[in-house]
Order: sequence, then C-alpha cells, then structure tokens
Amino acid sequence: MSTILDMAETDLRAVNTTLQAAAKDKANAAYTLTNPRGSHAVACGLDGPLSVTVKGSTGYYCAGMNKDATVTVEGSAGPGVAENMMSGVVTIEGDASQYAGATGHGGLLNIKGNASSRCGISMKGIDIVVHGNIGHMSAFMAQKGNLVVLGDAGDALGDSLYEARLFVRGSVKSLGADCIEKEMRPEHIALLSELLEKAGADAKPEEFKRYGSARKLYNFNIDHADAY
Amino acid sequence: MCGIVGLFLKRDELRPQLGDMLTDMLITMTDRGPDSAGIAIYGEETAGSIKITVQSDTPETAFDALDTALSAEIDAPVAIKTLDTHAVLTVPDASEAAAITALEGMGLRIMGSGASMEIYKEVGLPKDVAARFGLREMGGSHGIGHTRMATESAVTTMGAHPFSTADDQCLVHNGSLSNHNQMRRTLAKKGVFTRSENDTEVGAAYISSRIAEGASLGEALEGTIDDLDGFFTFVTGTKNGFGVVRDPIACKPAVMAETDDYVAFASEYRAFADLPGIEAAKVWEPEPATVYFWER
Repeated sequence: MSTILDMAETDLRAVNTTLQAAAKDKANAAYTLTNPRGSHAVACGLDGPLSVTVKGSTGYYCAGMNKDATVTVEGSAGPGVAENMMSGVVTIEGDASQYAGATGHGGLLNIKGNASSRCGISMKGIDIVVHGNIGHMSAFMAQKGNLVVLGDAGDALGDSLYEARLFVRGSVKSLGADCIEKEMRPEHIALLSELLEKAGADAKPEEFKRYGSARKLYNFNIDHADAY
Repeated sequence: MCGIVGLFLKRDELRPQLGDMLTDMLITMTDRGPDSAGIAIYGEETAGSIKITVQSDTPETAFDALDTALSAEIDAPVAIKTLDTHAVLTVPDASEAAAITALEGMGLRIMGSGASMEIYKEVGLPKDVAARFGLREMGGSHGIGHTRMATESAVTTMGAHPFSTADDQCLVHNGSLSNHNQMRRTLAKKGVFTRSENDTEVGAAYISSRIAEGASLGEALEGTIDDLDGFFTFVTGTKNGFGVVRDPIACKPAVMAETDDYVAFASEYRAFADLPGIEAAKVWEPEPATVYFWER
C-alpha cells in the first residue's frame, strides 16, 4: 500500500519532511509522489529504508544524500541527482542531467536513459549503471566505486582518475589525463555480471572494456616541475 | 545564474496562446533571475513595414504625439502602439534607418526592430514585468524570454535581455563571456557597434555580423564556439525560428521538449510543467558545442 502525496497540493518542504520522518521510522513504508513538476531536491536526505516512486520529472538534486531508501523517478532528473548518495537504490527511468551521482559513497544509481556531462564526478564508492550514453568529463577524479555505461562515453572520460573502475560497452570519444584501458580479468567479469544483473541491464560483460587509472598523477613528480 | 525560455509553435492555431504559454515559463524561472525580465515576440507583420520598439523612463511625455513628431521628421506615415514604458512604431521599410536615428535623437532607447519582432524588457520581477506589458495577451509564431541575475553589467533596462543587434534577430544568454571587451573592439573595427556595456550584447552583435557577412544562422552559431570565450547557453531568435547552442563545458543548464505542436527550450524542466502534452513530449538535454535550430 503506497501513500500518495500530490505535489500540486502539498508543498515540497512538507513532502520531504513526511518522507524523512517515514525513513527514520524504518518501517519500509511506500510513498508515491505525483505532479513533481520538475521541483528541486525531491526526496532528498532520506535516512532509512523507504520506497519512493516519483511520477514525473524532477529538477536539481533529487534523492541527494540518500541512505538505505529506494527512490524511483518515472521521468527524467535534473542536475545532481543522487549527489553524495550513501547507500540504497536510485533509479531514473528517463535521462539524468549533469553530475549524476557526484561524490556518491555507496548504493546503486541506475539510469535507464542517458546521463549528461560529469556523471560520477569525484565518486567515492557508489555504483552507477547508465543504460544509455554519458557526457564529457565523466568520472573526473573518481576515487572508488564502479561506473558502467552500456552506450558511449563523451570526451575526457576518467580524467585524473583514482581507483574507481569504469566499464564502457560503446565507444569512448577520448580518455582524460591518466586514464587508460585495462585488461578485463575474470574478477572484473564477475563484478560486472553482478552489477548488470542488479541494474536489470540486458548486456553481456564480455562486450565491455575496462578503464582505470595509470597512477601517474598520484604524486608530485620532480621531473615535471616545469609543467606545473 | 539566469533563466532562459523559448517557444516555437508548429501549428498556427496555437498562435493566440503564445504569450500566455511563454509568460508561465518566464515566471517559473524567477528564482534564476529576479533582477529583470524580457521577451522577444515574433508576431504579426505588415508587408513593406518595419516595427521599431523603443523604451523611455518617462513614457507619458516621451510617447505623447511621438508618431506625429516622427512622421514629420522622416516624412513618412507612422503608427504607434504604447505599452507601459515601451512603444512600437511602425514605419515604411525604406524609412527604418532615418527613424532609428530620429528616435535616438529624441532620447529614446532602441530595444530592437524588425518586420515581426517586438522586444519588451524591464527591471523588476518577471511577473511584474509580464503584467506591465500584458505579455499574456500577445500572440505570435515564436518567442524567447529571459530572467536576469546580473553579473557582467548593471541592473538596467539596457542591461536586460533579449539583445537585438539586427532586424528580427535577438539573443538571450545564461552565462558570462570573458572575451567580450576584445570582441567588442574587433567588431567595432568592422563597423559593428553595441549600445551597452553588456557581454551578451557582444555575443548578439557577433552573431548578427556573421549573418550579415553571409553566414547561415547555423554557421553563425557554430562560430560562437570558436570565437567566444566563456560560459554560455544561448538561445537566438530570428524571423523564421530559433537556435540553441551551448559552450563545450556546458555547465549552464538547458533542456528541450518537442511535440507535434511546439519546440520548447528552458533552463530547467520546471518551466515546461504547464505546457500542453508535456507528459508525452520528447524531452532531452542539448549536447555541448552542438547547434540546434528550428525554422519554418
């Protein structure tokens, strides 16, 4: 049984207060939000098990800082969806705008459409699966976690990358500084199989290439002093 | 931060509703730009005539018998429509240059001119600006609007968008240009002058100068990617349609929607919420450094 909150009648702050209180109750309640009308910060700061379905498109920072909750947007999401997510699952049925999953520490961000620029920027442990394409500068300075892309990646993928793993099935327009293609070993195939299954993605892990850090930018290099 | 909106109608039956639809979009973008608001609307045109939109801070005196005075000055028939601080003067094509010179000589500010384009812009909240000009009642084939949060020049009528630098051409902008002073000098050497200190007006003048040199709208917009430095999401209006281009970094937001009835542009999806049939529309984010345009 899902409680319906109509955002045409209930204001955003009241909706988020209700959802945040329900998350803290840890009762696994279900909520459906209607008429989101592209509002900002919908279902953000949820700190406990809760299921939220948003019937329509959202604006900036939907499901930010999510912890343990399951948030599904039946539309597209604006910039910064699931920013700094800690755990749980956030699913976007449509497209996600720029910096989806930025700085995310954990959980799964599942984008069924395309994600635009800076997807997974500075990610710190989150798993992001994008069923379509991603834009430029994705996974910039990504530290930990996995970014899986079934489509193509834009310019400068994984620039200044740390230890996040990037898997791309389609083409990569260009790799960023210190990002290189790496061998797909059995443990990567196993990891990717698990992520694809979790995301309900219809793709074979063998079709992907893996990209990671060349680890040349980790430390100051005295030989390059003139370049800084 | 600024808000920009654009609406291009594909069906003539919707033309009477253009102002109403655009006004809702504009007001929704108030959070992004509460300083000033403006709209360029492409409406009715009369063969052989050109419309010049002017602004005055003292409209009661400035617009009193302005048509008679201008008609005497340029020795041609003049029709006038006044809306708050703005007046639209309709003059024969051949008298356009003389009329603009005469109007500037009378101390009026030129907002823009064209066969179908009228521009209305003022300092204030978008809802107040829209009400002052009766934007909701305006019809037309397409229009673009802007809500401003000023960064590059003062909060004045002349600093508000849209900027028009050639007949029926105008530009709205979210972002800031960093090479506008250099580009202003480059354009001045070619005889292209701007009326304000604003960076966006230089962008508009750049596009107009490229079109005047023979470039298509698409080519002129492509040129902004190489020749203008800074952040921009541009929406440009022409007599036949509108175009969209974003800089290669594309940090200024943009979203588009298309149905059988219209093509819409906005800084955020929120601005689309009241458009008819938006639930079933194709909605997408325009790619960086890629030119989009729709013309009839």
